[in-house]
Amino acid sequence: MAERVRVKSMMPPGHVRTPTYLRGKTGLIERELGPYANPEKLAYALEAEKQSLYRVRFTMEEIWGAGAENPADTIDAEIYEHWLEKI
Amino acid sequence: MPHDHHDHLSASGHPFREDNDAPLSYWQRMEIAVRELMIEKGHITAEEVARQIDVMDARSPANGAAVVARAWVDPDFKARLLQDASEASREMGFDIGPLNLIAVENTVEVHNLIVCTLCSCYPRNLLGLPPDWYKTRAYRSRAVIEPRAVLREFGLELPEDMRLCVHDSTADMRYIVLPARPAGTDGMDEAALVQLVTRDSMIGTGIPRQP
Amino acid sequence: MGGQDAGPVPQDGHDFAIWEKRVDALMVLLSGKGFFTVDGLRRALEDMGEEAFETMTYYERWIAAVNLNLIEDGAYSIEELGQRMDAVAARGATYGEAQDG
Repeated sequence: MAERVRVKSMMPPGHVRTPTYLRGKTGLIERELGPYANPEKLAYALEAEKQSLYRVRFTMEEIWGAGAENPADTIDAEIYEHWLEKI
Repeated sequence: MPHDHHDHLSASGHPFREDNDAPLSYWQRMEIAVRELMIEKGHITAEEVARQIDVMDARSPANGAAVVARAWVDPDFKARLLQDASEASREMGFDIGPLNLIAVENTVEVHNLIVCTLCSCYPRNLLGLPPDWYKTRAYRSRAVIEPRAVLREFGLELPEDMRLCVHDSTADMRYIVLPARPAGTDGMDEAALVQLVTRDSMIGTGIPRQP
Repeated sequence: MGGQDAGPVPQDGHDFAIWEKRVDALMVLLSGKGFFTVDGLRRALEDMGEEAFETMTYYERWIAAVNLNLIEDGAYSIEELGQRMDAVAARGATYGEAQDG
């Protein structure tokens, strides 16, 4: 059973690899990709801790609403664990 | 009087291109300055720069097409490709460096489309440099909200009962679409199948040529 | 960027000039040698803002980002860069003339 997660809706400035169109949206973990260095630290030449990276699948309806181009189409994006909340 | 540069090579061994006759821009001055400073300080050599250009020039969609054609004729290779596309590419002799490649398969039920909304991430170590359109604001913003309209502009109409899966390359993975083998190709060998695989079919904005 | 209004996807492309291939080579070589990360380049690009995206070409933005990262890393000083860029300009009016020191 794929785990449901929500992308945090915070909107900090700076180098963040969580697209704004996914903030606050709910999806399913499609797979865990493994540990990767946090780009938010690498971008500023800081020591970067490894974080679990997840591929998360969202429906178009979840992101754009019932009026989405094709609500059952999906988007997969890779999100770092500190951006995800378990539901 | 026009000057014929065709028989005159630059220091890196590359022929002059037309652009070399254009007025020198600020950013071109910067590129020359940065390159020279880094060479003079011993961090890189001119030979390394020339070699890297050659390495990148050798990378092209033909490499991806070879991988796709192999997957079409060899089910075991296809399984390995879907399991670990980096390893499968290396198995075919391609030097892809540290590329984390994932192959996503088009089926009768699912069509895949690759985009990088945040910048323009692309599996360049296998396919070479991305097409200009892939890097445009138009493609990057519309591929995640109206992908079917975008595909229509590329001449591809997807059936409504097919699911379109868009992959936004937000992190370390890079994606290549494994397009569906066209109908009517049963008798064709790998070398012939390679000719059917287009760059756009490996991004998802197209399908392979028909035989 | 995702989901914002945008027009039709332009289909025309272009081959890359030698100076652009050199920018690309510098990106790959220097990140491989640890002078900066791809993340640092992206951050520098983002900080350049929307106007840069509108007014500069792809490789103009990338050489600007490479340079900024190298300045931050201390690979050379702004003064060294400025002097060299002037010297380059003095060599001639075209890229072909200026590219060889």
